[in-house]
Amino acid sequence: MNLTLKIWRQKDANSKGQMVDYKVTDISEHMSFLEMMDVLNEQLISKGEEPVSFDHDCREGICGMCSMYINGEAHGPDRGVTTCQLHMRMFNDGDTITIEPWRATAFPVIKDLVVDRSAFDRIQHAGGYISVNTSGNTQDANAIPIAKEAADKAMDAATCIGCGACVATCKNSSAMLFVGAKVSQYALLPQGQVEAADRVRKMVAQMDLEGFGNCTNTGACEIECPKGISLDNIARMNRELMKASV
Amino acid sequence: MALESKVPQGPLKDKWTDYKNKINLVNPANKRHIDVIVVGTGLAGGSASATLAELGYNVKAFAYQDSPRRAHSIAAQGGINAAKNYQGDGDSTYRLFYDTVKGGDYRSREANVYRLAEVSANIIDQCVAQGVPFARDYGGLLDNRSFGGVLVSRTFYAKGQTGQQLLLGAYSAMNRQIARGKIEMFNRHEMLDLVIVDGKARGIIARNLVTGEIERHSAHAVVIASGGYGNVYFLSTNAMGSNVTAAWKVHKKGAYFANPCYTQIHPTCIPRSGDYQSKLTLMSESLRNDGRIWVPKNMDDVIAIREGRKKPTDLSEEERDYYLERRYPAFGNLVPRDVASRAAKERCDAGYGVNATGEAVYLDFASAIERYGKEEAKVKGISNPSKEKITELGEKIVEAKYGNLFQMYEKIVDQNPYKTPMMIYPAVHYTMGGVWVDYNLMTTIPGCYAIGEANFSDHGANRLGASALMQGLADGYFVLPYTIGDYLADDIRTGKISTDLPEFEEAEKDVKKRINFFINNKGKNSVDYYHKKLGNIMWNKCGMSRNEAGLKEAIEEISALRKDFWENVSVPGGANEYNEELAKAGRVADFLELGELFAKDALQREESAGGHFREEHQTEEGEAKRRKEFQYVSAWEYKGEPKDAVLHKEPLVYENIEVKERSYK
Repeated sequence: MNLTLKIWRQKDANSKGQMVDYKVTDISEHMSFLEMMDVLNEQLISKGEEPVSFDHDCREGICGMCSMYINGEAHGPDRGVTTCQLHMRMFNDGDTITIEPWRATAFPVIKDLVVDRSAFDRIQHAGGYISVNTSGNTQDANAIPIAKEAADKAMDAATCIGCGACVATCKNSSAMLFVGAKVSQYALLPQGQVEAADRVRKMVAQMDLEGFGNCTNTGACEIECPKGISLDNIARMNRELMKASV
Repeated sequence: MALESKVPQGPLKDKWTDYKNKINLVNPANKRHIDVIVVGTGLAGGSASATLAELGYNVKAFAYQDSPRRAHSIAAQGGINAAKNYQGDGDSTYRLFYDTVKGGDYRSREANVYRLAEVSANIIDQCVAQGVPFARDYGGLLDNRSFGGVLVSRTFYAKGQTGQQLLLGAYSAMNRQIARGKIEMFNRHEMLDLVIVDGKARGIIARNLVTGEIERHSAHAVVIASGGYGNVYFLSTNAMGSNVTAAWKVHKKGAYFANPCYTQIHPTCIPRSGDYQSKLTLMSESLRNDGRIWVPKNMDDVIAIREGRKKPTDLSEEERDYYLERRYPAFGNLVPRDVASRAAKERCDAGYGVNATGEAVYLDFASAIERYGKEEAKVKGISNPSKEKITELGEKIVEAKYGNLFQMYEKIVDQNPYKTPMMIYPAVHYTMGGVWVDYNLMTTIPGCYAIGEANFSDHGANRLGASALMQGLADGYFVLPYTIGDYLADDIRTGKISTDLPEFEEAEKDVKKRINFFINNKGKNSVDYYHKKLGNIMWNKCGMSRNEAGLKEAIEEISALRKDFWENVSVPGGANEYNEELAKAGRVADFLELGELFAKDALQREESAGGHFREEHQTEEGEAKRRKEFQYVSAWEYKGEPKDAVLHKEPLVYENIEVKERSYK
């Protein structure tokens, strides 16, 4: 298929950016979206132009590196996928596709479609861990049985890949789904109880400090999350924060 | 230089404990004055960084990704082995050791493997304490599954995302230390050279991938944890950025590179669909617990399927060739990866491949769905369940076990694997070869260590499934943090290493020279053009099977391609900015050297062992044929051009295991 691409180009964090139009031809429907971008970049390089910068790495939907805002949706029109798993069969011949970076105050643009998500790391530094040293004589892994349901829910929360789609898609640029998922994972496990109150307070405080907005329950994040992280995690985080505050 | 493995004396089962008891320690007050650089933040680098920082060392960690959480360990799916024997099926440290040495086709170092098996149980304890949500049964205890090449269930897992959960565990341990200021994290940084001062590794030159700035970083020891080199094939299951550069730089500075030809071609990956393909996607080996691999028995059916006149589900049991079950009745679909891959290639080469390219076999879950459905009906007390009900119940169980993998498959291939068998084909996945290390995980450069996939040590010529995660975390949590102390004990009075030393200056100059060359060359071909060409040579001549003529051609072709690359490569953009093409150019330049050494190693090793299959050396049934005279590790010393590399041999001695013909029949 033949496509028109409207892509955000921005030289660096301090330059002004703009949308630029490109044409690509002979795109196979079996290509992934990023493979289509590879075709464009090879084309640009052969013409001596600078290729479009975008973040990507594992190309199998788990590293959380890729991050495009495609036709007004984080990771594009498909559900339950990252951009690297989005396939061109979701588009039609002759389509015009708009491609922008994640847009949020807390995610400044580095270049073109590449943004700085280190705010997420700093939230994790604030409390996204259980304080246990490596010793080789931690208690046996089966010493504390954990109800399957709790373990499964913790796992569901823990599948967050930290891509930032929740923030990009939220009209308030809220990071609550991301933070809620981490808080929930630990809150659901006995190992996470000791530091639970301190953890949720610190992580939420850091989240606010980074300039992420608040949650107004539109639920857009849950829909766009490539890993299907549930809004329940935000509710659980709020409960944990209440518990920690009384 | 003679290769000294430094394996401690004494009985196998006491070696590690006795050694740890006698090793030099650094007192906690002195650790504060010692810096350690860790390059790479996957399972090995992440766990090592966290543990070294917990012990009190000042750690500087480097990752080319924008966060340590994105290292490619995150993509490991199936699980992690540990000799816990929770299932009571007769597992033990010795059995895990035995399976790993046998699975590696008797080409790994006994003492290292035994230590790995010994610490495996600690890993699970540590991860559970960190809050890693492993799968559990209804009693709340940890669940296990089975992987290829073993007869017990010792694999712990978190759905099909075990690597992700373990890496996030290590990342969380790092975060705690970053918050304390004990780890200084350098994201979006790439190591471009090792700095050696007075014969010791004392720092690195790194490039800030955002600003392009070239930075000097000093330390008392440097740990390479940068993963494997599977991307030398261009197409692999590795991440796009996975590269050999850090490992190759230390090799060029004096670290021997061991067994480069030992590559794992994983049997169950999604087949390629076209020339534009940028990477291949793995379907976890855990699927072979429940999936049955087959191709049609009759060529007529193969043709009918390719032409779309028949569907795989139209074929009766009698019309299918479950070739692994036929050839290897004892292990069936759970033979080790090298064996399963070659068997798939054999069927496809014979013309039985089931897709348009002729390079695909089926992985079928219909029997598993039926079996689980019947079990579940019984559990739920449904008498005389209908066929539809059984299928519905069975699909739910299969979804709970492998849901994310099935979803991934459906998104890529656009077919529903619950209803029609998956199509799979082998793809490059892991490299057993790597930087040579001794028992302490130190390379032949004093103070330079290599851990995880970046080293060569534990998997011999073939790695068993779910053992990469085990080795990465064993090295990082439980081995390196102790062995490094023995070396650093001599450094307590050294003080901070200055980055103004001439050695830093010179290394920085070389790095800048190379970068400027790329920027100014203005050639006619892109970096990917060369990478794809190299990948083609590697896959066709150094792939699943190799022969003398092909390897000799590969050496010539790679050498010529490298020459062409240095004349005609084109890198757009500038040096002092975010420039992915520039980063890629440096990586491909190193792959072009490694590729030739790889072929040279494969040519020199005139035997078949594990993932290295030389057509000249096979049994009448087409199985790999080892040769006693090659029972050694090949460690290559850099001497300029890859063709001039000098071979050093570390003999492999097996005192605790009988070296036998490896059979899975």
